[in-house]
Amino acid sequence: MAAAAGGAARGRGATSFQRKAAAGSRLATVAGTRPSVRHGQLLLSSGLPSLDCVLGGGIAVGTLLLIEEDKYGFYSSLLFKYFLAEGVVCGHDLFVASAKEHPDSILKELPAPLLDEQRNELGEEATAVKSEDFQDSMKIAWRYQNLPKMEASPTTSTKFGHYYDLSKTMSPELFQPIKWHSFYLPEELSLQPTVKTRSMNSAYGRLLLSIQRIISQEGFDGSDPQKKQKNILRIGIQSLGSLLWGDDICCSDTPEDIHSLTKFLYVLRGLLRKSLSACVITIPAHLIENKAIMERVTNLSDTVVGLESFIGSERETNPLYKDYHGLVHVRRIPQLNSLICDVSDMKDLAFRLKRKLFTIERLHLPPDLSDTVSRTSKQELAGSAKLLSSGCGAMAIGKKHLDF
Amino acid sequence: MGEDKPCSRMNPTHREALELPSRNPTADGNAGHNPDWTRSRGEANPAPPAGGAIRPRSAHARRYNTSPLLRSLKTACSLRGGSPAMFAELNELLNASPQRPETGKFTLLRDTRTDGSFLVHHFLSFYLRAGCKVCFVALLQSFSHYNIIAQKLGVSLTAAEERGQLVFLEGLKSCLDLWFGEQEEQSGKPSPLQFISKSTSDLKALFDFVQVSLTPASSDSWKGPVLLVDDLSVLLSLGATPVAVLDFIHYCRVVVCSQLKGNIVVLVHSNEDSEDEENELVVNSLCHHSDLILWVEGLATGFCKDVHGQIKITRRVSLELTGEQDVVQIYQYKIQDKNVTFFARGLSAAVL
Repeated sequence: MAAAAGGAARGRGATSFQRKAAAGSRLATVAGTRPSVRHGQLLLSSGLPSLDCVLGGGIAVGTLLLIEEDKYGFYSSLLFKYFLAEGVVCGHDLFVASAKEHPDSILKELPAPLLDEQRNELGEEATAVKSEDFQDSMKIAWRYQNLPKMEASPTTSTKFGHYYDLSKTMSPELFQPIKWHSFYLPEELSLQPTVKTRSMNSAYGRLLLSIQRIISQEGFDGSDPQKKQKNILRIGIQSLGSLLWGDDICCSDTPEDIHSLTKFLYVLRGLLRKSLSACVITIPAHLIENKAIMERVTNLSDTVVGLESFIGSERETNPLYKDYHGLVHVRRIPQLNSLICDVSDMKDLAFRLKRKLFTIERLHLPPDLSDTVSRTSKQELAGSAKLLSSGCGAMAIGKKHLDF
Repeated sequence: MGEDKPCSRMNPTHREALELPSRNPTADGNAGHNPDWTRSRGEANPAPPAGGAIRPRSAHARRYNTSPLLRSLKTACSLRGGSPAMFAELNELLNASPQRPETGKFTLLRDTRTDGSFLVHHFLSFYLRAGCKVCFVALLQSFSHYNIIAQKLGVSLTAAEERGQLVFLEGLKSCLDLWFGEQEEQSGKPSPLQFISKSTSDLKALFDFVQVSLTPASSDSWKGPVLLVDDLSVLLSLGATPVAVLDFIHYCRVVVCSQLKGNIVVLVHSNEDSEDEENELVVNSLCHHSDLILWVEGLATGFCKDVHGQIKITRRVSLELTGEQDVVQIYQYKIQDKNVTFFARGLSAAVL
């Protein structure tokens, strides 16, 4: 049956978007990828193992991950750089598109990978602390002693994805073997003053043409049989839809051209589906006035993750959130080749930026250690916290509602 | 589709409007030709490499016997044994069976806060099992995605396509051909999705495509034709106006439901607190027309491992003007790897 499916898929002109059984073992040899257990699609690491775990193992090849930027774009740019840095470490090709920062400077600021020994040091410290904890046996509540330790951050068991040190930038030697392409909108505009784009914002049209050219020239096209070694193209597009891209959806409630962005995403998804590539787009969702556009954009993307930072909000000083820097909303998980999607059972997620690491963790409230009776206010706060961090695709409407 | 439209959209709920014969002036010329998209796809994909040259024609023919008796036997077995033919429980709820598909029905699949695409897969495998000629306008996902799931449900889309039973429009791919294809489109027939690159949002090419692919040729003996759209909201994102989408659906109803005695199944997204007014307009107006509405909603109280959502089945008996009320049934469901189980509210494994 698998052979029949493979033959059939190849006969159709073979998108890369197919099961691993059909693609054969030659695809599995690409560095930095692994096949998904559930749907057999090749997965890439997003560069942040805890995010991979939330997204059902990683980003599937041929799909699009949309990151809704936080208010100041600070944390979303970290995720963006993690994605690119992981590509450098795995030896993938990169395509970086931006209208604000020059792609060269983005690439210069990629975080340095934590090598295994450094990682072990960090890990040893942690385990040392853990064992210390473990040694003093509990005087009271002793029956909880044998319970397994709760893992705060979701981790993957196998070696897939790397950790990065945000305090250092990646050394230029690592870049040497990497092939990368950049798309800097102001440069492109001056190079080719006229490009024929049909009923689409010209910046988006240029970007599509540029991606398509690279996919077909550099051999990422899944439909032609290639003799040389296959590789993955990682496409990163920064702040798509912002004013700098010449799109007015951020500055007006009734923009002139509301279809450019959605058309762009549709064509881009078509390109990704037939090539060995994966794309991460950050989008300033909070600036887009017309929420209908955001709904359509969400429907047209495969995976959507929203970041909500506490910077500038009252939650920055809220004691409930003192351990975290913001919330993560998983808005959409793709259903690939199966009826069900890999929904993780954790819905309340938060992120935290440590000195060197950025992690996504399960949101939990701190223990209530105060002597005074202030439970009521805490519960209110907790209630509001629950409302704010509702899960994927399901919004808590109110306390009154009871499904069963 | 402007003022000169032959069949006027009078009163949408007025069923006699559908009985008016629709003559589409240009569609006549196309009848009998191969639809354009199969041609362009053939060109875009050169001969498959040696490995892919083994077309699974014989394998599929063996596996999927098209003799009607055998087919009905198989279906009967699968209904009893729970083999993944389609969602047998849903068939029971809808009182439908692939042996006797209804005709002339418009079914609306509507999803809110969750993904209702499992219903599309159900109806696709249902109508292929029933031996209907199916035109599947798949705008959301790639062919291999649909094919792999269909295989889990026991039908093969590639085999159905080779038999001529299925006409598959892969939106993502034909959109690429349209966007990056050079002027070759000008010489041949227009792409079904040509409205994307034109300034006029006119779905006439898509309608022509549907009409040409579903008009029965003298040789084939499929049962009533079926149009399946996944999903209609994408057309709005690609620049079609709500009026153009509604016109498209209306034309399709006249041709498919009324003239050819077939069925239409359409998926739309909707959300009560959505600000997408165009989409809400389309959804509301389609709800008025539909003979059967399957409305899938995510649980309002949030995610649950054992209950994926709730389905509201509305049978629009009131459209038949017999003075009866619409029949509404509400169930909860859980999607499994190859099947979906339905149960009454409160009877899930999480509660019992």
